[in-house]
Amino acid sequence: MSPKSAKAKKIVATTSLAGCFGCHMSLLDIDERLFDLIELVEFHKSPIDDIKTFTKECDIGLVEGGCCNDENVHVLTEFRKHCRVLVAVGECAIMGGLPAMRNTIPLKECLDEAYLGGATVADCNPGRVIPCDPDIPKILNRVYPCHEVVKMDYFLPGCPPSADLIWDALVALVSGKELALEYRTFKFD
Amino acid sequence: MRTGGKAAAAAARTTIRSVIARYGDDATRLMDILIDIQDALGCLSRGTVAEIAKGLGIPQVDVEQTVSFYHFFAREPRGTYAVYLNDSVVADFCGRAAVAAAFEEAAGCPFGEVSADGMVGLFHTACIGMSDQEPAALINGQVFPRLTPERARELVAGMRAGRSVEELKGTAYGDGQNAHPRVRALVCNHIRRRGPTVFADYSPGAALAKVTRMSSGEVIAAVKSASVRGRGGAGFPTGMKWEFARRAPGDIKYIFCNADEGEPGTFKDRVILTERPQMVFEGMAIAAYAVGARQGILYVRNEYRYLRDYLEHVLADLRAKGLLGEAIGGVAGFRFDISIQFGAGAYVCGEESALIESAEGKRGEPRDRPPFPVEKGYLQRPTVVNNVETLCSAVQVMLKGPEWYNRLGTEQSKGTKVLCVSGDCDRPGIYEVEWGFSVNDILAMAGADNVQAVQVGGPSGACIGPEEFGRVLAYEDLATGGSFIIVGNHRDLLKDVVLNFARFFREESCGSCVPCRALTGMAQVVLERIIAGTGTAEDVERLQSWQAIMRYNRCGLGQTALNPITSTIKHFRGLYDARLSTGDPRFVPSFDLAAAVRDYEAAAGAGKE
Repeated sequence: MSPKSAKAKKIVATTSLAGCFGCHMSLLDIDERLFDLIELVEFHKSPIDDIKTFTKECDIGLVEGGCCNDENVHVLTEFRKHCRVLVAVGECAIMGGLPAMRNTIPLKECLDEAYLGGATVADCNPGRVIPCDPDIPKILNRVYPCHEVVKMDYFLPGCPPSADLIWDALVALVSGKELALEYRTFKFD
Repeated sequence: MRTGGKAAAAAARTTIRSVIARYGDDATRLMDILIDIQDALGCLSRGTVAEIAKGLGIPQVDVEQTVSFYHFFAREPRGTYAVYLNDSVVADFCGRAAVAAAFEEAAGCPFGEVSADGMVGLFHTACIGMSDQEPAALINGQVFPRLTPERARELVAGMRAGRSVEELKGTAYGDGQNAHPRVRALVCNHIRRRGPTVFADYSPGAALAKVTRMSSGEVIAAVKSASVRGRGGAGFPTGMKWEFARRAPGDIKYIFCNADEGEPGTFKDRVILTERPQMVFEGMAIAAYAVGARQGILYVRNEYRYLRDYLEHVLADLRAKGLLGEAIGGVAGFRFDISIQFGAGAYVCGEESALIESAEGKRGEPRDRPPFPVEKGYLQRPTVVNNVETLCSAVQVMLKGPEWYNRLGTEQSKGTKVLCVSGDCDRPGIYEVEWGFSVNDILAMAGADNVQAVQVGGPSGACIGPEEFGRVLAYEDLATGGSFIIVGNHRDLLKDVVLNFARFFREESCGSCVPCRALTGMAQVVLERIIAGTGTAEDVERLQSWQAIMRYNRCGLGQTALNPITSTIKHFRGLYDARLSTGDPRFVPSFDLAAAVRDYEAAAGAGKE
C-alpha cells in the first residue's frame, strides 16, 4: 500500500456506548467485504483496533448505543469534536433502546433494586452501599438517545442494522454517492 | 364494618341495575349509564365497571375503554366537592394561577388530588366555555365564574362547613335565562351585539309552520339557495348535507345537533342554548322534515350539564305546543322528537364522527371516512350532524327567505356569525356580526388596544399579528368557528399562549392516529426547549416540517393540532428566533450533564451513609 493511497483513505472511528456491541458484530458480519473495507477506510479510535483516544481528526464516527452514564456523554462529545460526520447506528443510539426501558422508573428505585432491596442482593451488601467512586462513571437520570446530547448527522435503524445496510451506508459516505435505500433494509417484520 | 361494606356493595349493585334498566339494558346508552352511575356512586371503580359490563352483557373491556377515554369519568372518588378549574389561555390571562394557589392552600392538597378528609378534590380541566368570565371552575357540575383567590378560600371554607353547592353558589344569577328557575347559574351571557339571525326577535313555531306547507325538496332547495354553510368551522354546505341524507337509502335517519364546542375560547353554543334553545330545536325539526328523520339528538358537552333541566323543560314545552312529537304542526305523519346526550369531557367529540361514536357509548374516536355520517352515521343509519348555530340559521332562512339571507355577508359567506370574543379587551362576550367584518372592526367593538396577536378560530385556527388585522372574517379569508382570543402586547405569546395550546392538544389527542398522538407530545417538548432558551434553529425547522405529517391524521382536529405552533412560526418568527441558543450547533444545548447526574449523586451519596 503506497503512502499516498493510505492518505486518501477516509478515517473512521467507532464506539459502543450504552449498547451491547451487537451493532459492531453486525459491522463485522459483512464477511469477505472486510477486505474491501480495510482498503476503503482507516480505523482510528475504535474497539476494532483498540485505539483509546483521538489523536487526529476523523471523517466518520459510528456510534452504537445511547448515553446511560457521564462517561458515555464524554465519549460522545469527543466523537462529535473529532468526527466530521457522526452516525447513530442502531436502535439504542437512535432511541435509547433496551437500556431506556428504565426511563419510566426513577433512578433511585433502580439503584435500590440493584444494590439494596433486590431479591439477589440478599446479604451480600451489608454496608448497604450504592457504588459511588471517582473511578466509576456516574449514572444519568435516564438513558438519552445520542441526538439529545450532540447533533447526529445520520441514523441507521435496526437492532442491529443489517450488515448490508452498514456497508452500503459506509460506502455511500466514503464515496459521496447517495445511498439507495431499499425497502427491505428498513422493513423489520 | 364487614357487613356495612357488604350492605354498601349490595346498594351499589341495586343502583347500577336500576340505572341500566332505566336505559332499557341498551349498551349504546353507555354514556348516559356511566354519567348517572357516577352521579349516584361518586366514581366508576373497577368493581362498578365489572357490574355494568355484567348488567349490559358486554365485555368488561368495552366499558373500561369508554370510562378511560373521558376526562370527567373518575376511577376513584374525586371528593365530596370536585373542583374542576379551567386552565385555558384566557383563564391564565385573568389570574387563574392565584386562584389555583388559593384553592390548594385552602384545600390542603395539590391539583390532581383529593384532600385528606375526602371533602375537596382539585382538578385541572380544559376550556369550559366561560372565556368571557374567567377564571371559572365547575364544582359538582355547577359553574363558578369570575373567581378570585378570596372567593376560592370562601368556597373551600363553605365546603368544609358542609354547605350545599346551591348554597355555595348564592343567588347572584346571571342575566337573561341564566336566572331561569331551572338554570339558576352565575353565568352571564354578555351578548354585546345582536345580529339579525340568532339573536333577532324570534317566536317558536313560525318557521316550522311555513316549512310544513312546503315539500322536503323545497326546504332543501331554500337552504341551498341561501348558501347556508356549517358554522362549526369547516363550512360544509348545509343544504347539500341534508340532501345527501335525504337521498341515502333507509327509513330510519337521525338529526344530530353538535353542541360539543370544545375549541378553547368558544362559548357561543352555551349562550345560544341558554337564550335560543327553542330555535335550535326548531332547526332540528326543520332538518328532520327535510331529511325524513324521526329522531334527533342534541349532543352537549358535559361542561354545560347545568342546563340539563332547563333544556328538558324546553323540550317538554315544545311537545306540549305540538312543535315536537306526533303530527307536528298538525301535519299527519310528521313526527319527530329530540333527546339530549351529554358528553363526558373530550375535545375530539366535537368532530362529527367522534361525536356519533360517543353517542353510541364508545370512545370518542373519529371514524374513517367514507362512509360519511350522511350515509352511515349513528347506529349505521344516515345521520345529519349540524352545529347549533347552523340550525338557527336554517330557521331564519325558512322564516325570512333565502333572498334575505343572501343579502347578508360576503360573496362566499352568507349570513352572520356569532363570535366569542375573549382575552385582553374591555368587552369580552358574544358578537353576532355579518360575515365580512375585519379583525380591526371586531377589536374596536370589543375595546382592545395594544394588541399583539389575535387567535382566530381557536388554537386549531390561525394566530395573526397587527399587519394582518385588515383581513376579514369569512370562509374565503379567515374562517372561524367562533373563537376570537385577543392577546395584548404585554403577554409572552409563546409561553402564555402557544405552550398552553400545545399542552391542550397533547392532552386532547384521542391517540388513534400516530402523527397526532406522537407529534403533539414531541412538539410540546421542543417548544418548551425553545422557550427555555435551549432550542436551536433546527428545532424550529423540525416543528414546521411536522405539519406535513399531520395531514395524515384521520380527523380535522388532528390535522390542525400543530397549528398554534406552525401558525406562530409563520407570523411571529422573530419571537422564536430571539429565544434560540447561540451555542456551538454541534452540541445539543438543552442537554445538561450536571442536572442529569443529580439523581445519582443524591442516591449514591445517601447509600454511603
